[in-house]
Amino acid sequence: MEQMFTSLCDALFLELEKDELLTLSFGGENSQFIRFNNAAVRQTGLVDDGNIELKFIANERTCTGSFTVSGNPDTDIARGKGELARMRTEANEIPKDPFLVMPSNAGSSHEVQNANGLAFDDAVDALLPAMQGVDFVGIWANGRVFRGNANSLGQKHWFETESFCLDYSLVTPSHQMVKGTFSGSDWDQDEYENYLAQSKDKLKLMKRKPVKVSTGEYRTWFEPAAVADFLSMFSWNGISEASLQQGCSGFGKMRHDDTRLSPSFSIAEDFSSGMVPRFNSNGEISPDVLPLIQDGELRNTLVSSRTAAEYGAETNYAEGDEYLRSPRMNSGDLSQDEVLSSLDKGLYLSNIHYLNWSDNPGGRITGLTRYACFWVEHGEIQAPIKTMRFDDTFYRFFGDELEAVGAKTELIPEVQTYGGRNMGGIVCPGILASSFALTL
Amino acid sequence: MKPDINIKDLISAVDVPADWVGIREVYEAHTPRVIRDGVPVANGRFATHGLMVEVLVDGQFGYYGTPDLTLDGVSRASKKAFTQARHAAKHSACSFTEQARPKNVGKYQSPFAKKKDSISAGQLNKILLDAYNHLKVSDKIVSARALAQTIETIFRFVSSNGSDITQEFLMVEFDLSATAAEGTNQQTRTFGGMRGTCRQIGMEFFDQWEIMAHAQKIGEQALELLSADETPTGEMDLVIASDQMMLQIHESVGHALEVDRILGDERNYAGWSFVKLEDFGKLQYGSKLMNITFDPTVSSEFASYGYDDGGLKATREYIIKDGVLLRGLGGMESQLRSGVPGVANFRASSWNRAPIDRMANLNLEPGNASFDNIISSVEKGIYMESNRSWSIDDYRNKFQFGCEYAKLIENGNLTKTVRNPNYRGISNPFWNSLKMVGSEDTFGIYGTPNCGKGEPNQVIRVGHASPVCLFENVQVFGGA
Repeated sequence: MEQMFTSLCDALFLELEKDELLTLSFGGENSQFIRFNNAAVRQTGLVDDGNIELKFIANERTCTGSFTVSGNPDTDIARGKGELARMRTEANEIPKDPFLVMPSNAGSSHEVQNANGLAFDDAVDALLPAMQGVDFVGIWANGRVFRGNANSLGQKHWFETESFCLDYSLVTPSHQMVKGTFSGSDWDQDEYENYLAQSKDKLKLMKRKPVKVSTGEYRTWFEPAAVADFLSMFSWNGISEASLQQGCSGFGKMRHDDTRLSPSFSIAEDFSSGMVPRFNSNGEISPDVLPLIQDGELRNTLVSSRTAAEYGAETNYAEGDEYLRSPRMNSGDLSQDEVLSSLDKGLYLSNIHYLNWSDNPGGRITGLTRYACFWVEHGEIQAPIKTMRFDDTFYRFFGDELEAVGAKTELIPEVQTYGGRNMGGIVCPGILASSFALTL
Repeated sequence: MKPDINIKDLISAVDVPADWVGIREVYEAHTPRVIRDGVPVANGRFATHGLMVEVLVDGQFGYYGTPDLTLDGVSRASKKAFTQARHAAKHSACSFTEQARPKNVGKYQSPFAKKKDSISAGQLNKILLDAYNHLKVSDKIVSARALAQTIETIFRFVSSNGSDITQEFLMVEFDLSATAAEGTNQQTRTFGGMRGTCRQIGMEFFDQWEIMAHAQKIGEQALELLSADETPTGEMDLVIASDQMMLQIHESVGHALEVDRILGDERNYAGWSFVKLEDFGKLQYGSKLMNITFDPTVSSEFASYGYDDGGLKATREYIIKDGVLLRGLGGMESQLRSGVPGVANFRASSWNRAPIDRMANLNLEPGNASFDNIISSVEKGIYMESNRSWSIDDYRNKFQFGCEYAKLIENGNLTKTVRNPNYRGISNPFWNSLKMVGSEDTFGIYGTPNCGKGEPNQVIRVGHASPVCLFENVQVFGGA
């Protein structure tokens, strides 16, 4: 795949005329997807996909394009030349872009992560037996993922990794559910079977009769997966500098009113794990670690080079849409053994669902409980709760109401596959909030 | 570069002993153009082209999505799809025959008067720049944006049992957006909410719409919201405009009635449904005024088509009639699995995803109340327009939706504008509280390009059309 990308780059860069610049980004995958329902195969298949995105700068204009890489060099070069010709014409028609982000050659990188994964043809026989005896539903995604970036000034990055992810739910006859995500690079059959066995054990707790909780405010422990869902909201009208400048960020109170979150809350963009490439679609390399909120104080937003040019800020080489690519929230000092006793009475939420801003400037987020969510009394789990809606602001549960932060962080893997398999995940601990509002 | 292959030739390259073979080729090109704050921020053209070879082996379908459009590529793809299906066949969740892929031959073409290339990139940028200038009604408009995206799609499907379908689509998505701000008071107004203005249409779209007048109004309303009072909290009558009814139908009717959800396929991702298979033909889903159709025949609606991606011919069907649930949103696979009558809605986002049950055009049929009659019937209530926030539980019960713009209704009159309007409820009782349905002249056609579902994940286009509606005694509230 890398050779194909290199050849295509070489061919298209040769086509450039004087004062033209071109950046090519590649994203591709060789993936297996198996969908399960009732511990049986619902849909199964393979996808080979590769896409080249072109960013062409000429005449003080920027044009973009993309095409699917067929794997046939003649076809792909012809597609690339066709796009170049189209963009060259268009660059004479559209308005000037005063905030051009020019490519540069700041050095190249190359990272290939190989793994001893599960062969596509072995997947069904390896996965199915351990699922039996329980209502299992979910998705298996497996294979290689590729990212590349090169520009006509000679800079080139390549990132390639191999991974698997089994994202699933176990369901009781009364429709109570436990969530599990088994992911990694090297396949270990014993580890898989043990992981699934632990999920089955958790499911036993869900067989207790669920209780209905009234609306109101409760002490609440959020497991890391739930915290990760809240943090992912920062990528949508949150931590982006452009969002702040354009009046559509929930971080406005921190920027304009000097509102602070809890001193126990710190989050950074941290690429040290190497799970995702450090280069963005401009080929720019992000810093290894960028503190965003430190001890409750907003230190940095995500600033792309375009935003920097437009608003006079300093770029930190964020992706164009200024979303979190490799976030890590700091752990605290509440050990897992002390979670239930510290909570004493309240909600234990393992997962939350379908989050949206209900009042973005106020930082208010609505969503629902889902999966293993429990009512706790006297420091003991009493029963699962029926689904409840919440509506509360992160300025409270990451702010004044943040009572404790878990001592252990977990990697919550990115399992989304819109447009292609995503990489990486969110590293975060659980949190204990002294008050959290249920509304329906 | 549009497709230049003969898909019928490709099926001859399949040399595996499958019980059925299909090839679905998709070419799609998006051309977004955006002016934000007076400067171009997007002028692109993003194309994808590939095919999915699908085989049926011992009752199990297997697929291979590939961008290799050659005879050799299809041959390799069919072998790999065959191996996947064969391995899985002994563990199938459901066993199918070729009945799941009915034979059909036909064509569909989006209606349009002006071709995509009848407006140049430069002309379109000028229209968008003019629109921006009309959006920017004040210095308090801190950001404004005008967006136009054209989409061309060519779909071809051939199968070993004789299907031969070609469908060509031309679509436009259009949005205007203005954000007014003073410190942390931020208010955004758009053209239909959530990119709701999207159609199957040609470049005549830009002739028909009074774009500059809309832009001016959007800018003025964003400014108006800045100084508006918060929406009051309480239970009151709620009048919902068509561009928010779109979302209400989508989330609390459409997804709840997808038969693959009811059968449990989506429980690990999108969720389940409060609707059970035994509810079809019996459940009083809403009041007697509620009539919902699956209608792929509405000219220019975003998700009109002739055939679904399994080859089933698409026809207009009542899903809910006089409030009673009659039919599910299930394609042929779901109909065979469930025994519930369905529709042609087995759809995939592109060549690299397998079809699943999706909404297409799902509409609320008009009633006979004029807008003035609806408003004048309300003593204490609120009128809301344009979605900005949406959330609903995994059974499609407890929803909470937020809108951009609202006006109070007091003693039968629209009175003052209020900001940050939200409402919440539970789907089945909410629809049973439907008290009045607007007439044809309140009927608006909208859609969304961003409906997410499925594992692996897929985003698909849907259309929703609805009149203005009145619901009784709804929980309403404002911002933080």
